Amino acid sequence: MNFLYHLGRYAIFVKDVFRRPEKHRIFFSQIGKEMEALGLSSVGIVVIISFFMGAVITLQLAYNLEIPIIPKYTLGVGARDTMLLEFSSTMVSLILAGKVGSHIASQIGTMRVTEQIDVLDVMGINSANFLVLPKVVGMILMMPILVIISMGVGIIGGWLAGVVAGEVTSADFVYGLQYAFVPFYILYSLIKSVVFAFLITTIAGYWGYYTNGGSLEVGQSSTKAVVVSSIQILLFNLVLTQLMLA
Amino acid sequence: MIEAININKSFDNKIVLKDINASFKTGCTNLIIGQSGSGKTVLLKSLVGLHKPDSGSVMYDSRNFTAMSSDQKGEIRKEIGMLFQGSALFDSMNVEENVRFPLDMFTNKSLEERRERANFCLKRVNLENVNNLLPSEISGGMQKRVAIARAIALNPRYLFCDEPNSGLDPKTAIVIDELIQEITREYDMTTIINTHDMNSVLAIGENIIFIYNGAKYWEGSNEDIMHSDNKELNDFIFASKFFKKIRDRL
Repeated sequence: MNFLYHLGRYAIFVKDVFRRPEKHRIFFSQIGKEMEALGLSSVGIVVIISFFMGAVITLQLAYNLEIPIIPKYTLGVGARDTMLLEFSSTMVSLILAGKVGSHIASQIGTMRVTEQIDVLDVMGINSANFLVLPKVVGMILMMPILVIISMGVGIIGGWLAGVVAGEVTSADFVYGLQYAFVPFYILYSLIKSVVFAFLITTIAGYWGYYTNGGSLEVGQSSTKAVVVSSIQILLFNLVLTQLMLA
Repeated sequence: MIEAININKSFDNKIVLKDINASFKTGCTNLIIGQSGSGKTVLLKSLVGLHKPDSGSVMYDSRNFTAMSSDQKGEIRKEIGMLFQGSALFDSMNVEENVRFPLDMFTNKSLEERRERANFCLKRVNLENVNNLLPSEISGGMQKRVAIARAIALNPRYLFCDEPNSGLDPKTAIVIDELIQEITREYDMTTIINTHDMNSVLAIGENIIFIYNGAKYWEGSNEDIMHSDNKELNDFIFASKFFKKIRDRL
């Protein structure tokens, strides 16, 4: 029953979020600010994590595929497909669910408990739309960029680790990157990232918006936002993979 | 004038407001007083539309606010200014942006005109040279004044104040009270103040409504209150020995 209650309220919340903005000039300036606050500020962590994950993936593949009949360029193929298919979209989204999701939920939750949302409501402003829609749009615009950065940096990390550790030559790795390349994998990854961006921002916005109480509840909302959006990312990853790759 | 007609409100089967009838006059400071938990904040939020009454209606100058569509309510809301207990300034905006916010949202004035109006409102509440400071960089009393400046930015006809003195020292509290009263008279607004501060009651209580256990128990002015024989009101107003002594001497 609790699940159905939240699902119903979430649906109503999303409907309110996607109404026409009050002032387009303010809406567009907010999108710019959110792209910076949610997207640009996440570039650093995405670069660091992607670089090391790409490196580790390559080394683990190398250590597990030490069979003479398997060509060395397989490391390039493995690193590329792992980054393109799963890591850069799903894992980066899970990491951003923690960073961005908790940021959104605690920001909106604090606005709720300090009556800042009531100020908007008294003025007749659709507070759900005013606060959450710019975040949804900003994140949807930034997420594919972050995913592409993650793909590139992860592959560079894999190449560097493989070459420096002496597991593969640069030429073999680059050949592997080009071998049996399926361009659709990039599109698949970008589509997933857009869906995940929507889930992270709306779920975090929902938990923040309906915070009731004080600082303790703001913390609880933030935790719930991260947990629920992470589970939804995993669930939708499964569904989208089945729909798009099966 | 704002009228509350037979307002009832309950949460999870707990009755919070019982058949409240009250009139709040234009051009004077109307006070809702009562103990913590008596229902005065729920009444204020019901009047302003943040809570929907279970039954009854709220009339804004004979316009039935409760029965209006959300679009019609939106028009009335542009005539409302509200000062919240904790000031509720937007943390991410500086002082000037906070005051300018209603103007940015609801007017088509140029940036220069909006800034001019914001500066006028800030000057009206005796605040100058704080435009670029964030709410966290100014004192609680200054935050209240910024919130008042924001509330009057659109020249509202109705001003609601939820415990405007909470957390302020007595001297600053009086400054805020007097400011609200001055502005009310100057702009001929209908001002409703929710308070349990006795200094406010005695200083600016031109029309007072006493709420006890969710029901209206008494109505009168700050002069009437000193001579009331309502037991619940006297227990609330003259709760301290000091106030009891003052009353006995009158």
